[in-house]
Amino acid sequence: MVNVIADQPAISVRRATDGPWRTAWRKLKGDRSAISAFAVLVVVVIASLAAPLYARYVSGTDPFVTNLNGEVVVDGVTQPVLQPSTEGLGLGMTPIGPTWRIGPYLLGADNQGRDVAARLLYGGRDSLLISGAAAALCLVLATFLGVVSGFFGGIVDIGLSRILDVLWAFPIFLLAISLSIVLIAQSIQIGPFEIRSGSLWLPVFIIGIVYVPYVARPIRGHVLTLMHAEFVTAAIGLGASPWRILLRDIMPNVVTRIIVFVPLILALNMMTESSLSFLSIGVQPPDASWGTIIQDGQGLLYSRPVVALAPGLAIVITVLALNILGDSVRDALDPKSSPRGV
Amino acid sequence: MSADAPLLVVKDLTVSFRSDEGLVRAVGGVSFAVEQREIIGVVGESGSGKSQTLLAIMGLIDSPNAIVSGSIRFMGQELIGLSRRALDAIRGRQIAMIFQDPMSALTPVHTIGNQIGEQVRAHEKVSAKAARARAVQLLDAVGIANPDRVVDSYPHQLSGGMRQRAVIAMALSCNPALLVADEPTTALDVTVQAQILELIGRLRDQFGSAVILVTHDLGVVAEVADRVLVMYGGRFVEEGGKSSVFRAPLHPYTWGLFGSIPPMEGPRPARLAAIPGIPPSLSNLPKGCAFGPRCAFRHDACLVQLPIMQGESHRAACVLPEATRRQFAVQKAGGVEMQR
Amino acid sequence: MVAALGFRLGQMVLVMFGISVVAFLIFFATPGADPSARIAGRNASQETLIQVRHDFGLDRPLPVQYGLMMNRLFVSRDLTSFVNRGQRVIPTVISAIPVTLSLVGGAAVLWVLGGLIVGVIAGATRGTFVDRALMILSLVGVSIPVFWLGEVANLLTQSRWHDSWLFSWVPPLGYIPLTENPWGWFKALVIPWFTLATLYVGLYGRVLRASLIEMMQEDFIRTARAKGIGERRVLLHHGLRTSLVAFVTMFGLDFGALVGGGALLTEVVFGLQGVGKLTYEALQTLDLPMILATVIYAAFFVVMANFIVDVVFVIIDPRARNVG
Repeated sequence: MVNVIADQPAISVRRATDGPWRTAWRKLKGDRSAISAFAVLVVVVIASLAAPLYARYVSGTDPFVTNLNGEVVVDGVTQPVLQPSTEGLGLGMTPIGPTWRIGPYLLGADNQGRDVAARLLYGGRDSLLISGAAAALCLVLATFLGVVSGFFGGIVDIGLSRILDVLWAFPIFLLAISLSIVLIAQSIQIGPFEIRSGSLWLPVFIIGIVYVPYVARPIRGHVLTLMHAEFVTAAIGLGASPWRILLRDIMPNVVTRIIVFVPLILALNMMTESSLSFLSIGVQPPDASWGTIIQDGQGLLYSRPVVALAPGLAIVITVLALNILGDSVRDALDPKSSPRGV
Repeated sequence: MSADAPLLVVKDLTVSFRSDEGLVRAVGGVSFAVEQREIIGVVGESGSGKSQTLLAIMGLIDSPNAIVSGSIRFMGQELIGLSRRALDAIRGRQIAMIFQDPMSALTPVHTIGNQIGEQVRAHEKVSAKAARARAVQLLDAVGIANPDRVVDSYPHQLSGGMRQRAVIAMALSCNPALLVADEPTTALDVTVQAQILELIGRLRDQFGSAVILVTHDLGVVAEVADRVLVMYGGRFVEEGGKSSVFRAPLHPYTWGLFGSIPPMEGPRPARLAAIPGIPPSLSNLPKGCAFGPRCAFRHDACLVQLPIMQGESHRAACVLPEATRRQFAVQKAGGVEMQR
Repeated sequence: MVAALGFRLGQMVLVMFGISVVAFLIFFATPGADPSARIAGRNASQETLIQVRHDFGLDRPLPVQYGLMMNRLFVSRDLTSFVNRGQRVIPTVISAIPVTLSLVGGAAVLWVLGGLIVGVIAGATRGTFVDRALMILSLVGVSIPVFWLGEVANLLTQSRWHDSWLFSWVPPLGYIPLTENPWGWFKALVIPWFTLATLYVGLYGRVLRASLIEMMQEDFIRTARAKGIGERRVLLHHGLRTSLVAFVTMFGLDFGALVGGGALLTEVVFGLQGVGKLTYEALQTLDLPMILATVIYAAFFVVMANFIVDVVFVIIDPRARNVG
């Protein structure tokens, strides 16, 4: 046995301290694109929350009530909200176009005479709410399943893993469609909770569930790796109780991974919500989300393109900000994970 | 170029890296020459700059933060600042390299034969078939038992020793005048190590190549080298013929190195003399002798000025008078003498 | 190698079984409501409900119901719609498959080429302006909902700029069969292809760049450079070739997933009568048998696509040839 003068401890017991967190925070604070993306998100959230104020004080109409025979004064000229169509055969009505003035019908009306700008803000509220709530549901479920599966192993792990494998192989969007179509017509009873058809909780529930395997599998893998890491072996060797190991050694490391997932899952949820709503199996009328407004605007695409363009642009801006933030958070916390994230 | 001119002349080679902590100088102005058919052993701890010296010769330092300066003349041609195209005409053909870790040195998705053939065809106009035939020959020459099968194998199908032989076969594929080997045996089993060393020793006889062998293992040097260079903190501290250095090492650091090898025969010492302290940080080298802070023979003078290499064929960089060091040298080399 | 393929074939069958069970449970065993009412559609008469219960064996145990469902989907193929009375579902789905395959196939070619070009250029010019510009564009591409991009494309090519030289060649929305008019087929699909490929070009460009940069740090790249083979060959033959492993794996997952996701939305926006458009119409009328059929057929297609990729994977990555 060779004796080395400067003896290193045989096992280095590494625990998650605030060290990596501080480094990550410092990196994020110095990351200009992360800060701009975050600022954009804050603006989007505030604007969406201000929807009722906008509807009341600026547009002055209820964006959930049809206004087929209404009139509006623009630049001193009184105009009907729905005008006889001048295109094609001259049949049907064309809603008023954008006035581009702060006031009623800033972005024009949809084919039911409702104020598009106000609906856009309300739609943002629903889109953000659904994405956020679904992300929370997804991450909680996935963390629970992933940690239980990875930490306890054995038969629990085998069972859960197989189920996750099958769900993983089930194309997400088809899974969402199947769940939506079955749930959308009727209310559903889960234990004491009843979700009525048309409720916003329905898309939350569906979107929250379909991405669970995408998060749970990597978390399980991560927990398994951690279980074989030296510092956990050392903790076991020192006689730490399983709960202590779970809380002190495993969870802090898993939490880093989960935080990396947050912006990415939010972005995915936002895309999924808008797609489902566009297919009319997401948010149900009269509620609006960005996806449903794009759907409303589809028939007006050539005459009043702004109805479909505005909510789409809102989605692009929000999702882009989330993706940029997601990249930065990953670089700051977990530089080695894949760019795909999930 | 005359027949007895050195194959490779390195003068004042410096390799530095820009980093957050300022300029990190990995190699600090080293000069040496390699004669035709000579085997040179470069010894030092990890971080002493020996690998970076080799990579600089190969033109393989491609970090945008690296600064390589000085002169590397190979067969009269300056390699530093050479265009990529001109460099590619030399590397692989006249200078070839063997890497430390055979497990990761081969591209996992190509067969051994493909990878050897690729090098052959990069430098010689031969058909794919001829290149493959050459690969089989080379694999046979490096002692692979069934070259016909191995030539179509993928790296993951071979053991570490086999892979290192394949890497050597690849390095030899164009009969290079100079072979540089970076810790070629470190990652291998002891028995395989001996075979690989024997193979490298034989190269000179069969292929006429000169070899620069970098290692931290004095045993490896003792096995094959003609001449020994000892590196510490990015500089050479001792240089000389193998027997001279092993019989009477002249630098306190070399004494330390020899002291940390257990003797093969005789009673085991109660405790091997490890060199106290840790190797210096390259971003914060001491002003004087880099080894000064760890040296048992330190004078005030050591900390002030950088000692230069002194001596004729066997040289060392130390401020102690040579006569004093020669006295110590005999005692210090004792363990190694027994081993040899 | 044969063992590896057999192993994956077995896996594929198991996964298909699992998926069909999950779909069955969603459609027939979701708590809260009577599945016969769902299957029969809105305002179904009492006789229809009774007929549905009998046809699907809804008063019999679940395994029998599952068997009956699978039988009607794949063996007798006599599943009928209740919304469009008497419409045989399976033949309708099968006749829509060429449309979907045309859309997805062309988009896949575009996205693989686009992803390779973006990824390799960005990876090779890492840290430069070109790299940064490509990565920002890719991120934007990843953030655009495909159905909205399709609408923007329609707005420009069908309406606003339709009379300009740029888009006057674009035919009206709809599908033209390849066998009828190959050139028309191509023209009708070009815009949908680009629309559908945009997101994936961005995604694959980013993934490939990251993977390439990671590979270029590997030891074997240094070995390749030491061979004196030129940087382009090092990049393509060693760096890219090893990165392709990740690329192909992802491609399999996404190519399949496209059928149920992006392709569905694209077909709706561009009025292409494929499986996705069928699903969309069935969603509007709550035509459950049709949705059941498209979901299961599409999901099986996805699994088979993944299997084919696994096979390709075994061919391009020698390390995958061992079972396990």
